[in-house]
Amino acid sequence: MYHAIVFLPLLAFIVVGLFGRLLGDRPSQWITCGAVIIAALLSLVAFWQVALGGQPLKVEVANWIVSGTFDVSWALRIDQLTAVMLVVVNGVSALVHVYSVGYMSHDPHKPRFMAYLSLFTFAMLMLVTADNFLQMFFGWEGVGLTSYLLIGFWYHRPSANAAAIKAFLVNRIGDFGFGLGIMAIFMVFGSIDLDAVFAATPGQVGKSFEFLGWNLDVLNTICILLFIGAMGKSAQVPLHTWLPDAMEGPTPVSALIHAATMVTAGVFLVARCSPMFEYAPTALIVVAVVGASTAFFAATVGLVQNDIKRVIAYSTCSQLGYMFFACGIGAYPAAIFHLFTHAFFKALLFLGSGSVIHAMSDEQDMRKMGGIYKYIPQTYGVMWIGSLALAGVPIFAGYWSKDMILESAFAAHTGAGQYAFWLGLAAAVMTAFYSWRLLFMTFHGKPRASQEVMSHVHESPPSMLVPLYFLAAGSILSGGLFVHFFVGDGAAAFWGQSILMLPDNTVLADAHHVPLWVKLGPIVAGVVGIAVAWLFYIRRTELPVRLAKVHREAYLFLLNKWYFDELYELTLVRPAKWLGRVLWKGGDGRIIDGFGPDGIAATVINLARRATLLQTGYVYHYAFVMLIGVAALVTWFYTTSGGGGH
Amino acid sequence: MTDWPLLSLVTFLPLIGAAFIFFFTQGDRAAADRNAKSVALMTSLLTFLVSLVIWANFDISTAEFQFPESHGWLGGEINYRMGVDGISLLFVVLTAFLVPICVLASWEAITSRVREYMIAFLVLETMMIGVFCALDFVLFYLFFEGGLIPMFLIIGVWGGPRRIYSSFKFFLYTLLGSVLLLLAIIYMYFEAGTTDIPTLMAHGFTAEAQRWLWLAMFASFAVKMPMWPVHTWLPDAHVEAPTAGSVILAGVLLKMGGYGFLRFSLPMLPLASDYFVPLIFGLSIMAVIYTSLVALMQEDMKKLIAYSSVAHMGFVTIGIFTFNTQGIEGGIFQMLSHGIVSAALFLIVGVVYDRIHSRRIDAYGGLVDRMPIYAFTFMVFMLASVGLPGTSGFVGEILVLVGVYQVNTWVAALAAIGVILGAAYMLWLYRRTIFGKLEKDSLQGILDMNRREIAFFAPLIVMTIVMGVYPGPFLDVMHVSVDNLIGQYQAAMQAAADGAAASGQLAAR
Repeated sequence: MYHAIVFLPLLAFIVVGLFGRLLGDRPSQWITCGAVIIAALLSLVAFWQVALGGQPLKVEVANWIVSGTFDVSWALRIDQLTAVMLVVVNGVSALVHVYSVGYMSHDPHKPRFMAYLSLFTFAMLMLVTADNFLQMFFGWEGVGLTSYLLIGFWYHRPSANAAAIKAFLVNRIGDFGFGLGIMAIFMVFGSIDLDAVFAATPGQVGKSFEFLGWNLDVLNTICILLFIGAMGKSAQVPLHTWLPDAMEGPTPVSALIHAATMVTAGVFLVARCSPMFEYAPTALIVVAVVGASTAFFAATVGLVQNDIKRVIAYSTCSQLGYMFFACGIGAYPAAIFHLFTHAFFKALLFLGSGSVIHAMSDEQDMRKMGGIYKYIPQTYGVMWIGSLALAGVPIFAGYWSKDMILESAFAAHTGAGQYAFWLGLAAAVMTAFYSWRLLFMTFHGKPRASQEVMSHVHESPPSMLVPLYFLAAGSILSGGLFVHFFVGDGAAAFWGQSILMLPDNTVLADAHHVPLWVKLGPIVAGVVGIAVAWLFYIRRTELPVRLAKVHREAYLFLLNKWYFDELYELTLVRPAKWLGRVLWKGGDGRIIDGFGPDGIAATVINLARRATLLQTGYVYHYAFVMLIGVAALVTWFYTTSGGGGH
Repeated sequence: MTDWPLLSLVTFLPLIGAAFIFFFTQGDRAAADRNAKSVALMTSLLTFLVSLVIWANFDISTAEFQFPESHGWLGGEINYRMGVDGISLLFVVLTAFLVPICVLASWEAITSRVREYMIAFLVLETMMIGVFCALDFVLFYLFFEGGLIPMFLIIGVWGGPRRIYSSFKFFLYTLLGSVLLLLAIIYMYFEAGTTDIPTLMAHGFTAEAQRWLWLAMFASFAVKMPMWPVHTWLPDAHVEAPTAGSVILAGVLLKMGGYGFLRFSLPMLPLASDYFVPLIFGLSIMAVIYTSLVALMQEDMKKLIAYSSVAHMGFVTIGIFTFNTQGIEGGIFQMLSHGIVSAALFLIVGVVYDRIHSRRIDAYGGLVDRMPIYAFTFMVFMLASVGLPGTSGFVGEILVLVGVYQVNTWVAALAAIGVILGAAYMLWLYRRTIFGKLEKDSLQGILDMNRREIAFFAPLIVMTIVMGVYPGPFLDVMHVSVDNLIGQYQAAMQAAADGAAASGQLAAR
């Protein structure tokens, strides 16, 4: 069964990827959807057995790389944490597969799209089932590849191609840290199997090793290196720049990869490595600070964006920040809980906005929308549900997880915890604000689209709406239904050995005993945000324009995303190109060749040119010279050995 | 079957084919050309089969040289000795694997002097396989240098417009290296009284002699690798060489430098090898970062791939000089992988060059619209070159990095930066050629790969993925020989340390 969960999507990819054009569109869609739906149903069984039943297990598949003591196999590790991820990955993936059938109905490359989606699912499954760091890296890079392929799916568009490359390269920078982390792990522990490493971790507490000339604490260094990888994949500041651009991909891709699954891989990594992070206090502070900063930063940028998908993208970035600072204060279960609920409501928001974009003839700019709620009521309804969940309004899924995170942050009673709590609270206000700004701008007010577009506005087909209903159900229920297991009294039994929290890490329990104002804070934040959005975009629509005019610098600063892209262009991209050109023309051309071969060759060529007109003759000459040399050598050996030996 | 002189067979079979073409494919030109091609293909396929037989009969549990052959030659002190171990075996197989592909790739691209071309290729194959089988230093040298002659001819006769300049550059570089290598051989002969490779490995040269010998060999091997800063011949040679010439150059000839380090420098001159590690690491890091940056700015596809080869070979030299299992096995694996991947990338360039006759990147764009199979094939090798897990490129790279991290974290970190840059230039190349809109008039009628092209790319794709997902069979071949090599190195270092300690005590008294 576990083989099937992981390898069915791969099989679907191979069949459809290689023979998709022969099979045709329909069969390709059937094969990929069927494979992933079966995998999703089996994942539910796995969740039942492993997570609720408490029976983690391992499945050996084959050897991979064996070199000396570096011994790595392909193996599936199915524990509670994996089981949760299996449900998220396969569940959302199956819904997105089905949704894509409708969404991509006008695209000429349907088989290719479906094949990529299945390949992504496989890679993501390899990541979450990895039993060693290298297999995790395999999945890690595999999802990166498919993300690259899908962002650049519409390869005619230069912006899509640029975004795809950017995503791959920024992720590579993160992977640089991850890779060094794996190497360090192997050197310190002599193994990269999760169990072996985790078992030996307590023995490394307080030890130090040499890294790039410094003498550093082993566990803190390794954990920070791993976290750099997580920052790249999960779009944390300052490696976040690729995620908003990744919206160039088709919307189902944004929902699956850039909201529900791949971008949460970093959070998964930190939770998976909790047996190491628990012993690395400095690394945890770094995680908390980066996470909280990202949560705040991305929310500020989300306030002013006009592209509907980019607003949600920054929201994703911000929510990932919540998950990271939850990890950073030691509340890993809360982080995974938020990952779980977020997967539903964020996928819902993306797919819902896809439904809007579909209805608006591929328009993504909210300034050209408005007044369409009457025409697409079902989409409108699910977008409300998604927004309510995102803003953390009680009963909805996001309320349970976000509340838990903020309360834990407060309960941690550390500097990093306080920093995270206040920034997180501020971000919560902004989250509610931009969510309703999105709703109001998109659906309410006067229609700002052209007559022609407005006349085409239509509700989406069932293949798109049914997945939305499933996700809407998840966005309402997944919080209240599972809070007991994920972060409540049942948490210890539920997670078993899969997440380690040291005995003195009581943050989850403490979170239940915070002052009342802390408990109410997130709810108030949500209400305030919604009220302000209502004031700005329904009641007094001239206010935001005036505000932007008065605080023009601040507005531009946010609109331009704090100028990160410009900064990187100036400090990294251009110098690299300049250096490349200088080294090529100057280093290779002028210096090495100029003093080396060309100087000599120029003279020789001149002589040779005079000597003969037969062009190919030259080479025969050299060959001849070499033959003479070889002959001379042989002769010399004959004479010397003949003289000496006989 | 193992009683047969299999190594001589695999080495000289191509030469027999060449002779056959030379004597028997006369007659009118078209028929002669066709026959020459068929004979070359048959011969090279047969050679490949023999190499597989050798692999099948190879015993992976011993570090001894296997399939030994020894005949008196040149007066008894220099012998015709052949044998393979876990380090050389796979290079023999790699060579035999690539030549039939080269013949197929040249099937329509070469139109003038086809017979001569095929003869040159088969002679080249004999020389290349000979290099990896020879167990006598002089014999090695003959093959090593002899291989250059057909390579010169291939570039010089069937090459592009600037072929003369390129072959000159190639010649000047290699000549210098060869002369010094020859001097080293002569010195070793006088010192040890033999040129027998296993004997020389056990000889134990003095520490001072080792350094001079090491530098002399280094001159030759570094040019072949090629290492920075003696790499500038490579981009020019690649650009001017016909496609199959580039394939062999990148696929096999570049591996001779790395093989030389493994076969001679490390086992025969362990103290010097250890002494010069900083030099090797420094030059390799330069190669990885410098040539990656240069590759980023190339406008010519072949040049870009040539520069990327230099960067990838930087990983090989780093790996070899870590003196640990992961590093050396990673280095060897990286060579094998690069032998397949870079060969395939040059073939990829060849496919469109045959159609449009341009290697300029900006002459292309949007090819995926008309060439989906081509785009897929290119994608596989692009990813392998980038070192994506699941392709052969990853296994070599990660092993080298894991190996070198244990020795020096700075080298590991800097080499890993090269991995980021590697992704940058390959993705950018792919984007500019394959993606975008198909707007150029010259590309409107371009055809996707034909059956012949698919036929020779298919095995390359399969190998790239098999080596990435299940590299066991390849690594298994190396284990014992590599461990033996490391054992010898450690013993030598220990002996030197003991000697130093003893003399130190002596001086103290």
